[in-house]
Amino acid sequence: MQETTEDASALRGSSLNGSSLNSQVPDGPMADKWENHKFNIKLVNPSNKRKFKVLIVGTGLAGASAAASLAELGYEVEAFTFHDTPRRAHSIAAQGGINAAKNYPNDGDSVHRLFYDTVKGGDFRSREANVHRLAQVSVDIIDQMTAQGVPFAREYGGLLANRSFGGAQVSRTFYARGQTGQQLLLGAYQQMMRQVGLGKVKLHTRMEMLDLVTKDGEACGIVCRNLVTGEVTSHSGHAVVLATGGYGNVFYLSTNAMACNVTAAWRAHRKGAFFANPCYTQIHPTCIPASDEFQSKLTLMSESLRNDGRIWVPRNPDETRAAADISERDRYYYLEEKYPSFGNLVPRDVASRNAKTVVDKGLGVGPLKNGVYLDFADAIKRDGKATIEAKYGNLFQMYERITGEDPYARPMRIYPATHYTMGGLWVDYNLMTTVPGLYACGEANFSDHGANRLGASALMQGLADGYFVLPYTIGDSLAPKLGTEPVPTSDPVFQSSEQGVRDRISRLMSIGGTKSPDYFHRELGKLVWNYIGMERTEAGLEKAITEIQALNEEFWRDLRVLGDTDTINSSIENAGRVADFFELAELMARDALDRAESCGGHFRVESQTEDGEALRDDEDFSHVSAWEWQGEDTIQVKHAEELAFEEVPLSQRSYK
Amino acid sequence: MSNTLNLTLQIWRQEATDAPGSFQSYTVRDVPDDASFLEMLDTLNETLIDGGSVPIEFPHDCREGICGTCGVMVNGRAHGQEKGTAVCQLHMRKFNDGDTIIIEPWRATAFPVLRDLVVDRSALDDIVAAGGFVSVPTGNAPDANEIPIPKDVAESAMDAASCIGCGACVAACPNSAAQLFTAAKLWHLNSLPQGQPERYRRSEAMVDTMEQFFGSCTNHGECYEACPKEISLDFIAYMNRDYVKSKLVNRKLASQR
Amino acid sequence: MATSTTTHKSAGPPRRAKPKQLPFPASIYQTAVGKKWVMALTGLMLLGFVLFHMLGNLKLYLGEVLHDGEMVQDIDIYGEFLREMLTPLFPRTYFLWLLRFGLMGAFALHIHSAYSLTVLNRQSNVRYQTKPDWLASNFASRTMRYSGIIVLLYLVFHLFDLTWGGVNWAWVPDSLSWYQWERGEVYNNLTGSLSNPLVALIYIVANAALALHIFHGAWSMFQSLGINNPRYNAARRYFAGGFAILIFVGNVSFPIAILADWV
Repeated sequence: MQETTEDASALRGSSLNGSSLNSQVPDGPMADKWENHKFNIKLVNPSNKRKFKVLIVGTGLAGASAAASLAELGYEVEAFTFHDTPRRAHSIAAQGGINAAKNYPNDGDSVHRLFYDTVKGGDFRSREANVHRLAQVSVDIIDQMTAQGVPFAREYGGLLANRSFGGAQVSRTFYARGQTGQQLLLGAYQQMMRQVGLGKVKLHTRMEMLDLVTKDGEACGIVCRNLVTGEVTSHSGHAVVLATGGYGNVFYLSTNAMACNVTAAWRAHRKGAFFANPCYTQIHPTCIPASDEFQSKLTLMSESLRNDGRIWVPRNPDETRAAADISERDRYYYLEEKYPSFGNLVPRDVASRNAKTVVDKGLGVGPLKNGVYLDFADAIKRDGKATIEAKYGNLFQMYERITGEDPYARPMRIYPATHYTMGGLWVDYNLMTTVPGLYACGEANFSDHGANRLGASALMQGLADGYFVLPYTIGDSLAPKLGTEPVPTSDPVFQSSEQGVRDRISRLMSIGGTKSPDYFHRELGKLVWNYIGMERTEAGLEKAITEIQALNEEFWRDLRVLGDTDTINSSIENAGRVADFFELAELMARDALDRAESCGGHFRVESQTEDGEALRDDEDFSHVSAWEWQGEDTIQVKHAEELAFEEVPLSQRSYK
Repeated sequence: MSNTLNLTLQIWRQEATDAPGSFQSYTVRDVPDDASFLEMLDTLNETLIDGGSVPIEFPHDCREGICGTCGVMVNGRAHGQEKGTAVCQLHMRKFNDGDTIIIEPWRATAFPVLRDLVVDRSALDDIVAAGGFVSVPTGNAPDANEIPIPKDVAESAMDAASCIGCGACVAACPNSAAQLFTAAKLWHLNSLPQGQPERYRRSEAMVDTMEQFFGSCTNHGECYEACPKEISLDFIAYMNRDYVKSKLVNRKLASQR
Repeated sequence: MATSTTTHKSAGPPRRAKPKQLPFPASIYQTAVGKKWVMALTGLMLLGFVLFHMLGNLKLYLGEVLHDGEMVQDIDIYGEFLREMLTPLFPRTYFLWLLRFGLMGAFALHIHSAYSLTVLNRQSNVRYQTKPDWLASNFASRTMRYSGIIVLLYLVFHLFDLTWGGVNWAWVPDSLSWYQWERGEVYNNLTGSLSNPLVALIYIVANAALALHIFHGAWSMFQSLGINNPRYNAARRYFAGGFAILIFVGNVSFPIAILADWV
């Protein structure tokens, strides 16, 4: 009897609560915190900066901007990317735009409003001070990127254009056609390449970080595998920055690029960095549904489509007629019926969850019955085809290219897909993880988005961290190290870490089973989507943990990796990443199980209002859950960072 | 609505840069025509692994046509037959049942084959490192609206800036020239007010670096046809103009225009 | 430094050394873009030469006119004009020689730049194993090297035939005699030479090559010189096509007219 209770509570993890965490948020009024902090922080003398070496892993928006800025300040920087060039990072795929509290349209935007919207949009699960700083530096990002030649959209008068995005009440989104992420990434990339040309940044391409090296509890370097030659090498520095993106690919099918993974962050987690809020993932409602079992990824289409498209499914699960032939009476406009005031424009999580509900009921459309209709027939009738084409032409074209269906003639089919992960490595106000000397920025940290990210805020956060936060805060941990050399790579800590990496690779190669890494990834993705997706139950999460463990066991027994390790071998790359996804997925389930509330993008069935809407539990869960690694076969320990809301009063969302 | 295809594939296999390569023949059965070209290769690889053979390495990442990682020659055309489309966005419904598809890596002296269909395109990064930037260290920027830019100018810069760096222009060029890539970056920056101070220095540095790796332009126009972003040949003319000017203009007198 | 381990990449793409920069203006010619610029400029000069050469030859059709009291072939007057050009500023034929030296320089640079760019491109290019599926390039653009060589070879022959003489013979039915090259006798030399059907055939083939060369070159020239404006870009194509046709029709009319005995 005693035993079972312990097991159950161990499963939830909450009985293993560790200490609470110190976020190092400076004192003072919210608006002055960042200024005060910058004044109080330790500085490194300009002529001493060149004596410090910083290793930056990941060269997307956050990594490239950090590498460029640190090198400009004078630090010695080494940057690592597993891509063939830094310009491939998945920041490039962001379409919509980047928010900034510029208030150019004179519609009442301000730093405070952006801060307020972000905290509220994150459903009160983010750290106020960080969000406020994000809103403050957002304006500098636009200045910086414009000066670098990012061709933002402009009005005829030559000034920058803004649009409203994701239901925001003000127009604060800057954009460059549907390629904002690409243009910003190229801006940061070019700025970093300038430093590469000047010899201030040493760039390592096709190098994947496979371990974090610590000495006496401090980060002192990394171990990488060269993806072309298979060579495992050590790199040492005074500080390590992880800018390695999010872990959305744990779902297998997501809008992430194929190579996106959690490995760098996870390896750091295993070396002592706490992993915060792993269950916070964002599901984007307007993606193109999978067409078959072998589909490798999902493609996102801009949410703006919901401005004119009407979402519906047939009322009859056995409907066989073509969409146009189904009479109004037999159509179920579920969002318009359930949420009369917001209708098709309800927030991402609500739209996504309701789509899943109707599809689970068997009302889905398309050959695999895995989507819902997004119908433009009424809009075309009202505004004319030309207007719709002018607004969404490129999206319609993209849809037609992928599905082979003409969205002017028949409704689009859409379905939600994983898009962004709000969880990540826990960081304090300085963006330092719980491992001294190890920093995380961009999507890789648990970030400023709480339980739900607002549209056009990911680009803002990545660049804010890399350009305007990290370059100041990193000095705080570097300054005391003046006069010390980095730990030499001949040190036993590097040697044993390298050996560990080599052993793991040989272990994966030698299993000699029958199934490819992709097979396991696909199966894992299904478990994560079904049980740890947008709707969760206690029973489902418990089941997920058992099934993930069983599949993980099978992985280590029946994996087949062919080829050699001293050449390009994507199978061995994937195998290592999938192995880490297994451990992450289990932690996601535990975190989701522990967080017995509905909040942000997540609906916990046990926590809902009478009319079936999400019910947040501020009493018990107004905290960040940061999980500490305890070793291979032990469950992580949860540490809580309590969140206080001084500036933005707590409130429940309602879209009825 | 979804049909399936049976195909014969001739795929270039090469173990390393200095190893000899050759075409290997494979058959794939029952490929759904909704699948993308790369998903078709995924399926082939799964079959190869099941049969105990080493899978084919091919470059790919975002699979939505923006990262520029993917790129192979499909039946003699860079990125395949669909215009303005990267190979990751090419779908199997564009092929017919029974087709033979020949897949070859990008080829150029500056793009050595690393393995199978994967090539090294780092020379393109070197061109950017030479001058493909505006030197504005973080924190030095004036207010974004301080310099108005005519909408048409911004749009034209954006046309050029939409290059994804895939290298199809080099691959399609009979001379393996990287003019379209270089010209696109040059026009993006040279056409904007922010890019003026470094205009001629940039043109000279980038072109000189380009010429260390790549061939010269004979104005065939194949690069434009292959470009998944349909970047215009006009930019090459603008590059030529700026480059020769960079040699002629005495920059100390640049203010006199 | 023990802390940095260099990345062992594959050898990386081969990088040619940057040449030592020569003084201006040779520095322009050192680079491929500069060479193309020179090729375009010299091409422009050669286009001018080809055009005026053809226009001058059209005098063939004007037949005999009264000149200084006697009937002379109009084209012979034109020949004399070329030798007399800009006298008395220059002594007789000096200016013509100036033009000739200019042309020779243009030819030399045009050919040298073509040759060295071809070498560069061969170095840079790795051939595909499959046949490339050309989309934008055309027969003319892909055969510039060959059409250029044909024109060059013809030019050598043409000089031997009509400038220095003695390499060609033909039965001239008009005069019931063998054609004999004589300095300054433009009309007789021209009609005599082209009376040989083989020579006429060579002439036609060479002009076809020239027209192909111009069809691509006269368009390409604008791109290389950076003369590009979407407002008139379409006109560049028409210009090149029109120029090629004009030269071809004009030039090829001569042997046909001579063989058909219209002149």
